[in-house]
Amino acid sequence: MIQSVFDGEKVTLSAINLEIDAVTLARWTHDPNYLQLLDQEPVRPLSPGQIKKKYLSEDKPDSQTFRFAVRIREDNRLVGIVALSWIDYSRVSAWLSLGIGDPQERGKGYGRETLKLILNFAFNELNLHRVNCWVVEYNMTAQHLLESQGFRLEARSRQAINRFDRRFDVLMMGILQADWLELEGKQKVAS
Amino acid sequence: MNPRPLLQGESIRLVAIDPETDAEAWSLWSHDSQYNRLLAHEPLHPRTAGQLRIEMEKEETRNDSYPFAIHTLEGDQLIGFIAIEGIFWPHGAAWVSIGIGERDFRGKGYGTDAMREALRFAFTEVNLFRISLDVFEYNLPGIRSYEKAGFVHEGRIREGLKRDGRYWDVLYMGILREEWQKLQVPGG
Repeated sequence: MIQSVFDGEKVTLSAINLEIDAVTLARWTHDPNYLQLLDQEPVRPLSPGQIKKKYLSEDKPDSQTFRFAVRIREDNRLVGIVALSWIDYSRVSAWLSLGIGDPQERGKGYGRETLKLILNFAFNELNLHRVNCWVVEYNMTAQHLLESQGFRLEARSRQAINRFDRRFDVLMMGILQADWLELEGKQKVAS
Repeated sequence: MNPRPLLQGESIRLVAIDPETDAEAWSLWSHDSQYNRLLAHEPLHPRTAGQLRIEMEKEETRNDSYPFAIHTLEGDQLIGFIAIEGIFWPHGAAWVSIGIGERDFRGKGYGTDAMREALRFAFTEVNLFRISLDVFEYNLPGIRSYEKAGFVHEGRIREGLKRDGRYWDVLYMGILREEWQKLQVPGG
């Protein structure tokens, strides 16, 4: 069976073209709500030039990171970023991060489709055994999305971050290749 | 107030890592596969003292870690290392890693003693809020020692490590400053 690794129904994963994309990526870093859902790092707005430097330093060939732009197939516009990073030597696992940057593009299923594509890439292309993801306790959307694709809550780093003047847990969620294959099989039978 | 000075336990003290004097011992430890399979996610990677000296000097310039050598109080012998590392300053959260490289000193409470002192340092001197660690499911002495030092089980990363042709779980543990403080009260 021939499958397109990078194309979903609505979105496609492609290389980040910093010459064009840096402006959009920089705009997203000015949205504190987005950054606080995505990351534990303190919010820090970046200029397009700073974005270029950051990405170039992080995406070295030996960095063990695969990072993609999430684009709408119809008009090729950039709506998000997805990455697998810190892939370990023995290729057991990698860390997932996924964000749909523009608030008006959320809730349209792009994140779900992106997650399906990146898991397929992780398990069928990189042949990883498992994928990990840190999620902040208050990001319920992410928790539900990850659970719907087979992730399980595996550990809870209690009170690990300080945000909005109180402490929150950080959840460690994970999915095994076997979980994913089972879920894929069920979905194929169902569809 | 604790009557003992900071960084001094009942059987050990935590001192600066000195690349000049310590690298030879670290090189021997890096050739000990049993030791490294308890300690590290990375495959075994033996190093010379010269290579390790360079790595140790690099570590000195970091501003997110406090690494120490563990010395016995009796005889002042270098037996291992402990490091508060990966400090995430905005959230007061950090990791700890520990290794007792000298075989003859394992299973005798030196590690637990060192961990207690590292926690006292982390919570009362660096003023951190929580400390995390991960430990492989087959490292039973490690798990027992961390429990004794006050760490709480926080979860289990299923099949997060592959060794000898099979997968093993990785356990997450953590301790909060308030939990540590309660342990300091006699009978508390």
